[in-house]
Amino acid sequence: MARALVTGNHAAGYTLAVAGEANRNARGCAAGAYPITPQTEIIEFLRGFNFAKGRIVPVESEHSAMGVCIGASLAGARSFTASSSNGLAYMTENIFAAGYYRLPIVMIAVNRTLGPPWNIWVDQGDSLALRDAAWLQFYAESHQELVDSILLGFRIAEDHRVMLPVMVAMDGFVTSHTLMGVDLPEQAQVDKYLPQCVVPHQLNFEHAMTVGGLTWPRETEHHRIEIQQAMERVPGVMAEAIDEFEKVFGRRPHGALTAEHTEDADTILVACNTMARTLRRVVETRRAKGEKVGMIKAKMFRPFPRDEFRKAIGSAKKVGILDRNHSPGSGGIFWTEIAAALQGHSNVLLQDYMVGLGGGDVTPKCIEEILDDLNKRTKADEPVFKEVAA
Amino acid sequence: MSTSVTATEREGYCGHLLRPGNTNCAGCGMSLGLQWVGEALGEEAKPTLVIPACCGIVTAGAFPTTSYGVPTAASTFASAASVGTGITAVADMNDDPHPVVCWTGDGGTYDIGMATISAAAERNENMIYICYDNEIYGNTGGQRSSATPEGVATSTTPKGKIERKKDIMGIMAAHKIPYAATLSVAHRDDFLRKVRKARDMEGFRFLLIMSPCPTGWKSEPSESTEIIRSAVRCGLFPVYEVFEGMRYRINIKPDGLPVQEYMKSQRRYTKADVDPAAMTKQIEKKWLFLNAMSEMFPAEYD
Repeated sequence: MARALVTGNHAAGYTLAVAGEANRNARGCAAGAYPITPQTEIIEFLRGFNFAKGRIVPVESEHSAMGVCIGASLAGARSFTASSSNGLAYMTENIFAAGYYRLPIVMIAVNRTLGPPWNIWVDQGDSLALRDAAWLQFYAESHQELVDSILLGFRIAEDHRVMLPVMVAMDGFVTSHTLMGVDLPEQAQVDKYLPQCVVPHQLNFEHAMTVGGLTWPRETEHHRIEIQQAMERVPGVMAEAIDEFEKVFGRRPHGALTAEHTEDADTILVACNTMARTLRRVVETRRAKGEKVGMIKAKMFRPFPRDEFRKAIGSAKKVGILDRNHSPGSGGIFWTEIAAALQGHSNVLLQDYMVGLGGGDVTPKCIEEILDDLNKRTKADEPVFKEVAA
Repeated sequence: MSTSVTATEREGYCGHLLRPGNTNCAGCGMSLGLQWVGEALGEEAKPTLVIPACCGIVTAGAFPTTSYGVPTAASTFASAASVGTGITAVADMNDDPHPVVCWTGDGGTYDIGMATISAAAERNENMIYICYDNEIYGNTGGQRSSATPEGVATSTTPKGKIERKKDIMGIMAAHKIPYAATLSVAHRDDFLRKVRKARDMEGFRFLLIMSPCPTGWKSEPSESTEIIRSAVRCGLFPVYEVFEGMRYRINIKPDGLPVQEYMKSQRRYTKADVDPAAMTKQIEKKWLFLNAMSEMFPAEYD
């Protein structure tokens, strides 16, 4: 394992490349690639990588980038790509197609605000808008977690008990363009960790199928039920993938969520991506002052780990959610999911804060203000916009 | 009258590109096209098919049955050439012997798939892209596309289309792809020869089939082949091929049949009151261009 000081984009590009290369003794790897800020360096890295058996196709749009990934995966190759924001929106039809085809594609979503108005900074609204596309979703708080989540992603996606695509999200610029020390995996380790990719419904002449043709309502319903069942198998498959990861890489990656200082906490805050890192500093400062405050760092959004949230929230009195996204007419998207998880299980005061929209800087001071607001509340209100300092 | 097919005979169809029991309308040019493409490619070059949204995927029927005897990917509407790219990229790196054939309608080619096919052609992807052009969105009930000829009545141009038909062959030729050709379902030998020629080449190969659609054209199914023959005879549908986007070769010359003979049996023309004199003028100009282009490269380049 090589310790390196790299950007999030470099870490992601490198990890995708060595994962693709690890399939060189099987059907190889292939992908479609198209630039968009802030993920462009990932596809630049892939285009510059010297694959023994792989091809990165420079296409004319995100829609076609996913089209190439779908074709490559249907042909039995390992496949992956990256996109952001309006690129993800433009790709959306084929993102759903990849999920419904049950293809184990891994995509990096470098979170960026959807426009108009034009904005290149971080906001999770782009990937969260794709929550219903039959993809697993992981949110990475650091460069290291990004690398680990990509490797876990391939392993879980290609497991025949799952066979669903995986999206790994990181914060635009805050992660994608900053440098951190990372343990980058060696090719030999990845060769060991990732079995050869076998797509069970690979197009073949021994059993010529029409993949994706017409189904009646009954078969379509079964198809959706099978996807739901595959999603429900993810936690078990993920637990195995984490154990195996530790054996190969000597580190234990985060699971679906990480509860910190929650056992005796009266107040818990929930956040994902780099907001979770800032939140950790606030929680530890307050703990040092004797406050019973804890946090949940959310990593997996699909399948949504309802059980784990219920357990982590336990008997806390108040929970505040930091949502760097906005579903107009509803509120924060993590909030609705967590509220659904707690329904019938808990009477905890659950308050949503939409914060850092459009890339606003969520500072420790901003989170302190949220915590103070939450502590003052006697009942939950509608989701609120917490504006950050200019 | 009932015809019975024995189990053995049915088994014999399994490897066919298009098997019996498909849902195509009588007189559909796509049915004939698929059978001839399968015959021309032969046993050794059975294709992997990529079919976007179009009548061609309805042809397959409903899961778990399929009318296609070869592996087939049903892609999203605009994605035949990109999904085909992914498949052919992996096929090439694994030395798979089967060509990738995109089988698409005019909507998926001239309209929604235009950017995708243009990009695949620019990259010279190793595939045979076949457009069966029935000059309408047939699957959705006969709406105009950019392949619909000027003047023609469709469900979204009830008074006749104002705009001209898009010159897809000119567009594909402009990409300087190795091979582009037009195919007539009334000229079997020429059709088979061109599919085999495409099969034996590499890179992006584009084939355009004029595909009669009795349902959309408001014509008699039994007359489909003769309608295409008259389109070739009057010069409306030129049968030619273009090599590397430059070297034009005319395969069948028109014989001066009046264009009215082509129009008369299709209510899409007759009820729209299309002016035959104006059409004849357009056809003349098209042929002045094609004849000039075909003389640019002398025979020694063949």
